[in-house]
Amino acid sequence: MKHDKIERNIGLMLVLVMLAISAGGLVEIVPLFFIKDTVEVVKTADGKDMVRPYTPLEQLGRDIYTREGCYTCHSQMIRPFRDEALRYGHYSLAAESKYDHPFQWGSKRTGPDLARVGGKYSNDWHVQHLNAPRSMVPESVMPNYPWLLETKLDYSNITQKMSALRMVGVPYSSNEAEYKRNVATFGEEVADTLRIEKAEEILVDQAKMGNFDNNKSDITEMDALVAYLQVLGTMVDFKQFDDDYFAKFR
Amino acid sequence: MATTNVVTNEQYNYDIVRKFVIMTLVWGAVGMLVGVYIASELAFPFLNLDSPYITFGRLRPVHTGAVIFGFGGSVLFATSYYVVQRTCQARLFGGGLANFTFWGWQTIIVLAALGHVMGYSQGREYAEMAWPVDILIAVVWVAYAAVFIGTIMKRKEPHIYVANWFYLSFILATALLHIFNNLAVPYSLTGSYSLFSGAQDAMTQWWYGHNAVGFFLTAAFLGMMYYFVPKQAGRPIYSYRLSIIHFWALIFLYMWAGTHHLHWTAIPDWTSTLAATFSIMLLLPSWGGMINGIMTLSGAWEKLRTDPIMRFLIVSLSFYGMSTFEGPMMSLKDVNALSHYTDWTVGHVHSGALGWVAMISFGALYHLIPRLWNTQIHNPKLINVHFWLATIGILLYIVAMWISGIMQGLMWRAFDDFGNLQYSFVETVAAMHPFYAMRALGGVFFLTGMVIMCYNMYMTIRKGNANVAADIATAAA
Repeated sequence: MKHDKIERNIGLMLVLVMLAISAGGLVEIVPLFFIKDTVEVVKTADGKDMVRPYTPLEQLGRDIYTREGCYTCHSQMIRPFRDEALRYGHYSLAAESKYDHPFQWGSKRTGPDLARVGGKYSNDWHVQHLNAPRSMVPESVMPNYPWLLETKLDYSNITQKMSALRMVGVPYSSNEAEYKRNVATFGEEVADTLRIEKAEEILVDQAKMGNFDNNKSDITEMDALVAYLQVLGTMVDFKQFDDDYFAKFR
Repeated sequence: MATTNVVTNEQYNYDIVRKFVIMTLVWGAVGMLVGVYIASELAFPFLNLDSPYITFGRLRPVHTGAVIFGFGGSVLFATSYYVVQRTCQARLFGGGLANFTFWGWQTIIVLAALGHVMGYSQGREYAEMAWPVDILIAVVWVAYAAVFIGTIMKRKEPHIYVANWFYLSFILATALLHIFNNLAVPYSLTGSYSLFSGAQDAMTQWWYGHNAVGFFLTAAFLGMMYYFVPKQAGRPIYSYRLSIIHFWALIFLYMWAGTHHLHWTAIPDWTSTLAATFSIMLLLPSWGGMINGIMTLSGAWEKLRTDPIMRFLIVSLSFYGMSTFEGPMMSLKDVNALSHYTDWTVGHVHSGALGWVAMISFGALYHLIPRLWNTQIHNPKLINVHFWLATIGILLYIVAMWISGIMQGLMWRAFDDFGNLQYSFVETVAAMHPFYAMRALGGVFFLTGMVIMCYNMYMTIRKGNANVAADIATAAA
């Protein structure tokens, strides 16, 4: 076919351009929704899913993480290299972010990776560090986030948020049948934290029990953010798997 | 607008082009100023001032939004509306629809910036805008496509000129990418959760992210190149055949390359390998465009000495060639293992964004503005000053980022004699400091050039035809 024909026919050109630009995504991305190995199976010995949805408090902490643009300086994706294994821990699995809407893998490490920051530092350390990073790490270039301690956590729309997440596939339960399904998948203890109708109660309980911001009187944004940071990368217990188990999914 | 009494050519709608040109200058200055500020925050963190509204994390999308969609978007609207009318010999299709795209687009940029400062973020790079803004973008984009394609349909020339192929592919690809990457379920007027999660979400986002570069910041600007380089040089395009081959290859290959942003992450290896392969192949059509542009000057090289506008255009193509060589190299998995997560990537983006996108836009604007306002450039010498400030600024920027990026990448993976990590993370942060300061200085140079351009063009426009000025005033009012 002479190119001349395309240059004279806008309809033909539109169709051909659409075909040319659609191919890549169709071949590279669409299959990932159907290939099962894309996301690993990560279960305990008694068949329970290790990776669970975030509790209401953790999810609100995650929303603060996206609100403040933490991903512009911190990744949440450990690569399978020796130095990263020593610095951060086991490389990240796709399964570990399967309830992340949106994903927060990041693209830049102005600060360190946070995929497994959970449990590495105490709550008090996080509070002090978020409030004034250079008081803990003098060379840090991170901004101070003093308003996290001063701002009460707004959880008035927690049910809307969890319902929206449920619509995009996060298994929060909104009825007895879904709750039972969650008990089967995650065990009762976890399933109890995923109930939309009890979200506020669950959130307040976790904040009070955890007391993440070291201030018992209020539930602040700091409570939520620290709760989120402390769960990052802690769900999968790698000791229960052989070293090469995860390699077959790559 | 129909009464535009422009002396130059009343058969065309230049009024809309003039509006977009002015906003290009405004957003360029604003976006680059924010860029210099956030670069300074990284060098001197006290500049965050303990205020939520100006922390790096919230201002960074303001910077990227203002320069990519404000500056880049406005100059693409301006030049595509100009080029499509000139090369089709037809007035813009759709009457007031073009005007709607202007006000719609400016509203989007302002709403996006305000939203980012308030913290309404989708947490997706270059697509942080909240869902109502995304819907507005889609509406404006459909109107834009209608105006552009409608104008081509009523062309008086039998052939569709090559510049329009590139603009067309940019319009279609941007629509496709924008829609699929922003699929989400809202929970409030300002917030939503993405439809996809984890690995699939990452693939979608970087398919979008890389092709925002590939189409918004490359294909469209190649369209600009195909009109303004031959026009300014007064010579025909070097090779018609090359333009056909590299056009189809470029738009086909680009869409496969995005996954190279996810090398070594939790996605299937085959997608990563495929993306690297296509990224390497992408070198050929990229250089095809560069060669076609630069060789257009063949036989008239002396213009590089005599014509500062030509210098902007040709140097932009050189930066384009350089960054499209660097890109495929960085997409190799072994190189990427070092470069990913470091400033090298930031430097690479800016050698493309400042060196290629901004420089070719400056050239096109200097060509365009005197013609649109039917006058002469206020002070041609200032174009040369701008050129050197911009060039020095870019060099400072990318050299600083090369050093800091490669250094940090090497420090992260350095082991001591006992097999332990040699450096703590924060030691690598401290080592970045001089280069962050140097990068900010490069930004100051580039911004200064931009401000000089704004002054020069303001004076030029003021000098321009009084009728035109009056016309703009009424239109803006």
